[in-house]
Amino acid sequence: MTQISNTMSDPIYDAVMASEEREMPPLAGEQTTKEGRSYTAKPWTLIWWRFRKHKLAMASLFFLIFCFFSALFADFISPYRPADIDKLNTFVPPANIHLFHDGKFQGPFIYALKRSRDPETARVIYERDTTKIVPISFFVEGPEYDLLGLVPTKIHLFGAADKRQKVNLLGTDSLGRDLFTRLLYGARVTLSAGLIGVAFSFVIGLFIGAIAGYYGGLVDALIQRLMEFIRSVPTIPLWMGLAAALPIAWDPLFVYVLITFILALIGWTHLARVVRGRFFALRNEDYILAARLAGASEYRIITRHMLPAMTSYIIAAVTLAIPEMILGETALSFLGLGLRPPVVSWGVLLQDAQNLRSISLAPWLLSPGIAIIFVVLAFNFLGDGLRDAADPYGR
Amino acid sequence: MLSLIVNRILWAIPTLIFVSFISFVIIQLPPGDYVTAYVAQLRHSGEYITELQEAAMRQEFGLNDPLLVQYWRWISAIVMHGDFGRSLEWNMDVKDMIWDRLGLTLAISTLSMIFTWIIAIPIGVYSATRQYSFFDYIFTVFGFIGKGIPEFMLALILMWLGYAYFNMDVGGLFSRQYETAPWSWGKFVDLLEHLWVPIVVLAFGSTAGLIRVMRANMLDELGKPYVETAYAQGFTERTVVWRYPVRIALNPFISTVGWALPALFSGDIIAAVVLNLPTTGPLLLKALQMQDMYLAGSFILILSVFTVIGTVLSDILLAVSDPRIRMA
Amino acid sequence: MTQTNNPLPPERLLQLDDVNVHFPMREGLVKAVNGVSYHINRGEVLGIVGESGSGKSVTARSIMRLQPKQALDAGGSIRFRRKSGEEVLISSEDRQSRTMRDLRGNEIGMIFQEPMTALSPVHTIGTQIMRTVMLHRNVSKADARARAIELLTKVQMPRPNDIVDRYPHHLSGGMRQRAMIALALACDPTLLIADEPTTALDVTTEAQILHLLKSLQQELGMAIVFITHNFGVVADIADRVAVMYLGRVVETGTVDEIFYEPKHPYTQALLRSIPKLGGQKARRLKTISGTVPDPFNVPPGCSFHPRCMRAVGGICNVTTPPEVRFPNGQISRCHFAEEFRSEAAE
Ligand SMILES: Nc1ncnc2c1ncn2[C@@H]1O[C@H](COP(=O)(O)OP(=O)(O)O)[C@@H](O)[C@H]1O
Ligand code: SF4
Ligand SMILES: [Mg+2]
Repeated sequence: MTQISNTMSDPIYDAVMASEEREMPPLAGEQTTKEGRSYTAKPWTLIWWRFRKHKLAMASLFFLIFCFFSALFADFISPYRPADIDKLNTFVPPANIHLFHDGKFQGPFIYALKRSRDPETARVIYERDTTKIVPISFFVEGPEYDLLGLVPTKIHLFGAADKRQKVNLLGTDSLGRDLFTRLLYGARVTLSAGLIGVAFSFVIGLFIGAIAGYYGGLVDALIQRLMEFIRSVPTIPLWMGLAAALPIAWDPLFVYVLITFILALIGWTHLARVVRGRFFALRNEDYILAARLAGASEYRIITRHMLPAMTSYIIAAVTLAIPEMILGETALSFLGLGLRPPVVSWGVLLQDAQNLRSISLAPWLLSPGIAIIFVVLAFNFLGDGLRDAADPYGR
Repeated sequence: MLSLIVNRILWAIPTLIFVSFISFVIIQLPPGDYVTAYVAQLRHSGEYITELQEAAMRQEFGLNDPLLVQYWRWISAIVMHGDFGRSLEWNMDVKDMIWDRLGLTLAISTLSMIFTWIIAIPIGVYSATRQYSFFDYIFTVFGFIGKGIPEFMLALILMWLGYAYFNMDVGGLFSRQYETAPWSWGKFVDLLEHLWVPIVVLAFGSTAGLIRVMRANMLDELGKPYVETAYAQGFTERTVVWRYPVRIALNPFISTVGWALPALFSGDIIAAVVLNLPTTGPLLLKALQMQDMYLAGSFILILSVFTVIGTVLSDILLAVSDPRIRMA
Repeated sequence: MTQTNNPLPPERLLQLDDVNVHFPMREGLVKAVNGVSYHINRGEVLGIVGESGSGKSVTARSIMRLQPKQALDAGGSIRFRRKSGEEVLISSEDRQSRTMRDLRGNEIGMIFQEPMTALSPVHTIGTQIMRTVMLHRNVSKADARARAIELLTKVQMPRPNDIVDRYPHHLSGGMRQRAMIALALACDPTLLIADEPTTALDVTTEAQILHLLKSLQQELGMAIVFITHNFGVVADIADRVAVMYLGRVVETGTVDEIFYEPKHPYTQALLRSIPKLGGQKARRLKTISGTVPDPFNVPPGCSFHPRCMRAVGGICNVTTPPEVRFPNGQISRCHFAEEFRSEAAE
């Protein structure tokens, strides 16, 4: 097909090459079919194939999906409400779930708590009474809530069969609130803050990065300067400064939105840099030049040709930006400058574990921190896997 | 070369103005102003001031002037007289409160940075030249973990481990008996005994990050044709790796030394709160919580100025180490 | 092939027998070099031609033992005669062995395609040459510098005394390639491997560099393996030519034999695709039908068969053609090579 037809062929040449007058090589067929099969896969399919090979990234993806679902159905999964105070149940250590008692299968249960007082310090101490079992049942009635904000119900995934007993999988805090419940509710706030913060910074970063990368020249120089300005302000102090300026009396929801916006206000420069770099690389690609020569409008070139070509890079960069946001929110709330009680976020929860006294007394209060570590790691693995998969030249 | 330095320094000026303005805006952000806070403080101690007096004070302090005028007054006092304003909370001049703590912060941050570089660069080079080897995997895992653990978590975990298993108090920079004592050899040794915890906490995350970046940079450089040329001359692998690509792979670092320090300052703030260090962090936090804005704004301003200076310095360093930039 | 165990003939400088290099990749095994044999005598210029991706560079790097790290050596022998006259079996040397490091830069010089990036951007031209000289010769820094200037003069670098202290980014592409040549010649190698040294240059500069290489070759008497995908360049510089396709040498012969009596359909097709100065105006250039197959699905039998105008079903797509040796020394890997002889005689 690449052969140029011999309309003006010269006789001598034709005579010598008489045997080769055929347009196509005689055995050309079989190879084309073979090639056709392996190259018809769409780019996204290819990326998905490559991504699937990253075991860690796949595991992270499932883990994160699991986390987000747990957060979404926090009220169903958790046996209690996050603000339920129980003065008789403070600093209860996490309960282990057992299946066998005295060598006999009992179904899931925990041992009941025995309260006593340390004679020297007069502090309440708990011990598990290994003679008394508290069976756990599923789909039990508990506090009322609206499932997904729509369906009013009382059914919870699990709970103690005996209403007078409590199941505190991760223990309780100084007010006797169930940490497992609070962790799940906190996941809602922390995870969504990460997503919303990234969404904000994504919009800003994409817009500004695209402008810088596409136009180049003076516009680019100015934007570069602006980003340099912003990056030359140390992040955490600036976040702290802005967050501290939010009046305490404001509505928690509004503070939440503002905090994510503050995070985004500083976080967008990284995304903008990625976008700008890709734009620069793409701007000189032949097909973009071709589109421009063909008279396509700038808007069309950007939206139809350039943005699709870097979607995969952007997805990877966004994925890697989410954990930064989560860490930012956590750090601010931890310091008492971000979200404040009664809002429950992982950072707020960790405030209880701020000093040596409380963590030596109740190390399980660190569990929101463990959750943060896992989620941040998972996002990093996922982002790395995506980035590798998006890179066509990777190994 | 000289023109590049001058150019850089000139460029830093608008940046400095920008960051100082941001700092001032942060000071101004909370509702109410200096007088409101002052009046509240007086009322707290039982004194009372009329609205008229209040208005007169506003007039006197120039709080009714436009923002830019106020900014000008604030910044010129700092630049001309080193006067950062007054901390209402502590009833002291800000300038008398910050320098000690800044010194300690700077010392801890610098030590952590040196520590980070000494560990991360050789490991990054090793990982890149032995890609996919056993140790490369180990370091990669370490890199991820370092990225995933926020500083304050690491500090909390270390504190808990120290308490639960080694029965020691890892917080603070000095033992109790040295806390207020004048400097002596004993105090210095005591400082060193306490110093490693914040340094490990601060260096952990950045070491992990630096290993990853160094490895990626090295892999980039190792794939470039000039490395092959160097091998084709008959140099040993060690010579080739350290003489050529490492030098170039370090450039991105040199260009971020300026940012590394402020990033460490940032990390220090949170770690210091947890570890109860007498550095800038806890004081800045307290200032922000109390809306002691002149103190807080001064910290933010000084940290930002450090960053800008750091950036300029690293640009100059970069130009020294990379002749391609020198030319531009 | 059979002579692998025999000593090299005295005039032989380098001989490759059935060299294989494979790459394990995500999508499968790439047999980048799949049984390559060629040789070069002292003071001779061997041109290696083939479309890009045919394995020319990978083979050349095998000679230096500088294949990419993930490459698998899959057999074959590479033998080289040292300046001392002694014979080394390069293919059994370790990548970092003492012998290989002695050979590189000292007895075998190499020039690469990308003059823009093949020199260290952070060292001066002089420093780079001096380091090579000082590595292989026991000379003082001052002597090494004098040698660097001498070499720069030899490659006709303008203002060598000035350029010696310049960084690569100060030089134009052509000047960088001259510097590269000076570096490769630093220790008077007996063999120079030039991997597409002019591909990245404009036509005028290309002609100058070719001219320079030719005159240096005559002056210094070294042998050159000259790799290119451009037949026109080969005609200019080479004594003998090896044509490569998909990791194999499909035809070898002297320049005249290859140009006037090609005995392999691929060579013929390549020749037809180059414009000839002074050729008839009406003559149309023919491109080779189809594209180079992707390296994971090398066609069975003769790997050229899907694009070959003479392919015969049942033979070409089934059995790999053997080497057909002609009395004049020409070798062709085609089932029908013998038939072309009579044709060419017509
Ligand atoms: N580092 C590498 N990794 C994987 N495959 C490679 C590598 N280098 C070369 N190849 C493969 O080897 C084949 C031959 O490459 P090369 O020798 O560079 O071709 P040429 O120099 O003739 O253009 C190519 O098809 C390429 O796919
Ligand atoms: S063996 Fe067959 S397919 Fe291969 S070159 Fe010869 S004629 Fe063509
Ligand atoms: Mg090549």
